[in-house]
Amino acid sequence: MKAPETEIQQAINDSRLQLAIYTATGRLIDHRAGVVSAEALPDYQELRDKANAIKKHTIENLDYYLEQLESNVIAHGGKVVYCRTGEEAADFVINLARERDLHMLVKSKSMTSEEIHFNERLEKHHLQAIETDLGEYILQLAHQRPYHIVAPALHLTRYDVADVFTKELGVENEVVIEKQTKIARGVLRQRFLEAGMGVSGANFLIADSGAIVVVENEGNARLSTSAPKIHIAIAGIEKVIPRAQDLAVFLNLLGRSATGQPLTVYTSFLSGPRRENEIDGPDEFYLLLLDNGRTKLLADPEKRQSLYCIRCGACLNHCPVYRKIGGHNYPWVYSGPIGAIITPQFHGVNQDTWLPFASSLCGACAEVCPVKIEIPKLLLKLREEVTEVKRRQDSDGMERFAFQLFAWIATHPKIYLLLASLGSIFFPLVPPIGPLKKWASQRTVPEPAKQSFHQYWASRGGRNGGARRDRA
Amino acid sequence: MTQVLERLGYQVHFPAAQTCCGQPAFNSGYTEEARKIARHFLDVFRDSETIIVPSGSCTSMISHHFADIFEHDPKLLAEAHALEPRVWEFSRFLLEVAQAEDVGARFDGIVTYHDSCHALRELHIKTGPRKLLAKVQGLTLAEMNAAEECCGFGGTFSIKFPEVSGAMARTKIDSIQKTGASTVVSIDSSCLMQLQGVIDRAGLPIRTLHLAEVLASR
Repeated sequence: MKAPETEIQQAINDSRLQLAIYTATGRLIDHRAGVVSAEALPDYQELRDKANAIKKHTIENLDYYLEQLESNVIAHGGKVVYCRTGEEAADFVINLARERDLHMLVKSKSMTSEEIHFNERLEKHHLQAIETDLGEYILQLAHQRPYHIVAPALHLTRYDVADVFTKELGVENEVVIEKQTKIARGVLRQRFLEAGMGVSGANFLIADSGAIVVVENEGNARLSTSAPKIHIAIAGIEKVIPRAQDLAVFLNLLGRSATGQPLTVYTSFLSGPRRENEIDGPDEFYLLLLDNGRTKLLADPEKRQSLYCIRCGACLNHCPVYRKIGGHNYPWVYSGPIGAIITPQFHGVNQDTWLPFASSLCGACAEVCPVKIEIPKLLLKLREEVTEVKRRQDSDGMERFAFQLFAWIATHPKIYLLLASLGSIFFPLVPPIGPLKKWASQRTVPEPAKQSFHQYWASRGGRNGGARRDRA
Repeated sequence: MTQVLERLGYQVHFPAAQTCCGQPAFNSGYTEEARKIARHFLDVFRDSETIIVPSGSCTSMISHHFADIFEHDPKLLAEAHALEPRVWEFSRFLLEVAQAEDVGARFDGIVTYHDSCHALRELHIKTGPRKLLAKVQGLTLAEMNAAEECCGFGGTFSIKFPEVSGAMARTKIDSIQKTGASTVVSIDSSCLMQLQGVIDRAGLPIRTLHLAEVLASR
């Protein structure tokens, strides 16, 4: 697929949208900066190093930790289901619901479920999934996919939300955010009580205790995982961490990087169904461990670090490209820099070949990544792979020819110099076509200098021209 | 740059066979082509005592990414590593080798400094150029809010995604305008070409200058 140029242009021209994105991401940037500063968190850089090391170790020993996790979940009375694809995960839920004659379930926010088009799959089998995170709920009503990993409705203003509520809930033009929240809460509270099943994601899966950890701010995940009789957690296999004590590193980084909170409002540790002596919790607990392409990433020693991601969204907030084109112009549910590196790995580098190139390689993403994924390096690697694919397919011949020619010229200094001097004479006569036209679409074309540095230096007496003083 | 270096008493050589570091090809995924150019660079500068580069981006290509592209070629990798300690970005050379914070320059006006991405994030150059500017007589340094935000150039990115690139530059320029500065200074000419192009298109009274141009003024 080619880049969605028209949609990108539309996003850039939409000043209301631009303001919404820039303001919302700007706020997240400022909040994060406040809580990772040297005063607020002196060992922030050490924590990043530790997080990276733990992830590296875990990903390289994933089989071991998954088995440990599995046996501990089972020991708590839960069940573990390995799902090779999203379809398998959805089918498991559909079959269980059918078995128990359930028609509605509540869901807390989960990018993994978005990844596998969970709700759409369920809908085909007349099983309704209700999103209970406020942002996700708004988007479900608006029939949109998340705009951002952490703040799914980041692109919508309260006026947009008022329109959605008017259309979908029949509430007259309510623009006060607190009142909008109250409206959503009123609808959702009833759903929590009616639902026979609650589905959540998981931020971390602790191998040595068999607990899953869910972080959130609204309390909807606590309700989704404890009010219904059945709790199903769907998580990618890369979410496992070895020990509970590793959370001291990750919880310290996740909230800060994501929303600028030292800790999110709720951090739930869920280990299996309700025990005999407990008063609440589900009767049944299932952990669905999803592959859906992750083992393919695992096989690549260099790029497998993409699996370290804890989905904090900091790279999106800081990405100047994301901040212009927005979340919906990325081809997959994972947008921004992390989306640009994992989408080609999940779907194949021959799909959406434009994606690794949609970056100025500014490196702001890697600078803020709490687990230190080398995003620009991986973008470069993917660019190389895309170029290699095109070389084999014999497509994009003009660009390849241009770079081959450029390499030839740049290794033949006399020709390089000749072309440079000819360039300064004839450049103004070159018609604006091809790359020059694209350059000129946004900018004035620079005039070449009257004299190149080579010429200036030669005019001063050649190779060792200029002063011949020793260091004073 | 040569004028400033000579003013400080250095003897400057300019190997006429030099061309490019190969970054445009490397960043576009044409590693094979980049390798050819990088090899030429190694040949040309093999015997140079100190190599001073008027660009953070090129410096980073030479001192960081040459090692990446010669990863599987032990001989050239060793050559690249041997070159690394001799490669200096201009402002860093002035401060760390020449130890000259004040190079005797005079420049009248309000100036704002643009952190170019590769200098900032790959070479960790942040305060150096500002220190040098602060010592220039007649110059007032005004910080912009978005100093660390990308100008939108990004090599072939600027041509592959011109609308996004242009929008990024306009955001940057908004921030520049708010400082009241009439000059934007950076240590990367490519950022300046991008910014000047968009500034001129908008007809704004702002000019872009390389740090060396400011330091050479008297």
